[in-house]
Amino acid sequence: MFDFADMILAAGFWAATLRMATPLIFGTLGELICERSGVLNLGIEGIMTIGSMAGWMWVFQGGSLWGGVLFAALVGALFGLLHSVLTVYLGLSQHVSGLGITMLTSSLCYFVFRMMLPDVTTPPKITPFASWGIPGLAKLPVVGEALFVQSPLTWLALLVVILVSYLLYRTPLGLAVRMVGENPLAAEAQGINVHLLRTGAVVAGSALMAVGGTFLTLSAFDAFYIGMVNGRGWICIALVVFASWQPAKALLGALLFATFDALQMRVQQQATTAIPYQFYLMAPYVMSILALIIMSRRAAYPKALLIPFRRGER
Amino acid sequence: MYLEPRSKISLPLAVCAPLAAVIAAMALCSALILWADSSIVDAYLLLFKGALGSRFAISETLTRATPLILTGLAAAVAFRAKLWNIGAEGQFYAGACAATLLGTGTLDWPPYLLIPTMMLAGALAGGLLLLVPTLLKTHLKVDEVVTTLLLNFIVLLFVNYLLFGPWKDPMAMGWPQAAPIVENGLLPLLLAKTRLHAGLLISLLAAVGTWALMRFSIWGYEIRAVGANQKAADFFGIPVNRTVIRTALISGGLAGIAGVCELCGLKGYLTLDLSPGFGYTGIVVAMLAGLNPLGVVLSAFFIAVVYNGADSMSRALGVSNYIADVITATALITVLVSMLLTRYRIRWK
Repeated sequence: MFDFADMILAAGFWAATLRMATPLIFGTLGELICERSGVLNLGIEGIMTIGSMAGWMWVFQGGSLWGGVLFAALVGALFGLLHSVLTVYLGLSQHVSGLGITMLTSSLCYFVFRMMLPDVTTPPKITPFASWGIPGLAKLPVVGEALFVQSPLTWLALLVVILVSYLLYRTPLGLAVRMVGENPLAAEAQGINVHLLRTGAVVAGSALMAVGGTFLTLSAFDAFYIGMVNGRGWICIALVVFASWQPAKALLGALLFATFDALQMRVQQQATTAIPYQFYLMAPYVMSILALIIMSRRAAYPKALLIPFRRGER
Repeated sequence: MYLEPRSKISLPLAVCAPLAAVIAAMALCSALILWADSSIVDAYLLLFKGALGSRFAISETLTRATPLILTGLAAAVAFRAKLWNIGAEGQFYAGACAATLLGTGTLDWPPYLLIPTMMLAGALAGGLLLLVPTLLKTHLKVDEVVTTLLLNFIVLLFVNYLLFGPWKDPMAMGWPQAAPIVENGLLPLLLAKTRLHAGLLISLLAAVGTWALMRFSIWGYEIRAVGANQKAADFFGIPVNRTVIRTALISGGLAGIAGVCELCGLKGYLTLDLSPGFGYTGIVVAMLAGLNPLGVVLSAFFIAVVYNGADSMSRALGVSNYIADVITATALITVLVSMLLTRYRIRWK
């Protein structure tokens, strides 16, 4: 197990962990905001997919990188709006509407990609985000390179964790969001517009998901591939349960998860024939299920999750 | 804006609403066809011609509908009990794996014994696969939406392992596929010179059987009661957990049979692309049918028309064939809305 220790101590390993955690942080926070307001958003996988394509296409057409991030967020918000019209205003099943959004966004994404680039065999590339180092800290030996030189989107993700925590727990808006997720009737009695607040939460959450998706094309890779989100959205949903709907724990969960993911990739490269590679690829999904089992005992679901709120109906 | 329940749902409304929804979906998708520089009329004419325009086209559409009927039934039964089984894709492959295990030379039985045994094994494999997340749901309160979904990825990776590892057929020129099913295990064709196989009859039988079960049996009553209101069902002495577990076995079993039918009726050997997402499309099929088992037959046929037709339309016009997925997803959403509007009236205030 000597090389195992080597691997853990290598700077590159921790850099990779943070990189792999970034889309999960965005996605998990986005889903967390939606669920805190009482709306499950199973559209996440598709919204991440279309976000990854939208941001990439923006840059490929000559736009700026940050413009691409903004455009992806806008596209995500748009489908968040569709989801909230269906579930918040019309009170349709959140499960089915969310799956519908995932099917619609991913098929639309692939259709648009094929339309705009009809005969490409190898996906064209863009110049992705350059890493940003934190002045001073980046110069530290070993850890400097690994922890303090990252994609700006990774820094943004960490910032968003702090921002969402602050908003949820320290502002009246956050209190209102949590309230409509726990007890919409009481919230309405306080003069809060339940529907509007839920819509806002789903739109904002979906925008974050799309940014998580676009990290894949604007930072992690430089091209868009079909199927590139590859289940990350579903894992975010498991991570929200794991985090007991708390942003700080969501960050922890995403990091822990990414550590295992980075680990399985390296182990897979080293130990050649002992275990077939498919079993390493299964690890993230098995881990998610285990996390769900362990955390579900203590799960404090937002009480109004999945329950549509109709005025005058109890 | 608020919703007011309609006191009476008129028959014309109930019939027209889903039709209007499908037309609305096609109208919405016309924008994409226009973008592809094609005439909408031509495109939809080509679509219907490609799906229903000849004996062969119809047979292809029915072949496509067969697995969709079964996965649609799987979703419909589960959703009726509010068991959100998103894992039909994995159960489909579990069924196909079980059939491969028995049907590639292990059993030297005549067809009338071998085929039912394979169907049974496939149903069992699919049912048992869904049993795991269901037990987690009933006993540990683990949300089944995520677990059934994640199991799909695990099962597919496992099949990937089997096909590149122990089950790889050395005669397949290096392709990742299992050994072919023996002659006695293959489903007979229904029409000469087409690919239409006896799986269609099995799926129709399953639809009628499921309908009768849900409509006339105590099991069906219990499933519907648990789905309508779990607390009330519990209060009236219906064994809620046992009912949910039973539902899981039926639902997973149907998805497993879909895998066996596709394997033994169409492909003849297990590959990784045995299902282009039949498990997921089954959810759309079930929702379009309003979770009615007989309606599932119709909506599976409709989706098969869209897929088959869009395939030939996209070849003729050069529109990407992802258009089929876009039309189905849009139809799912518009039908959901139309179903709501048959039950409620929108009031503006």
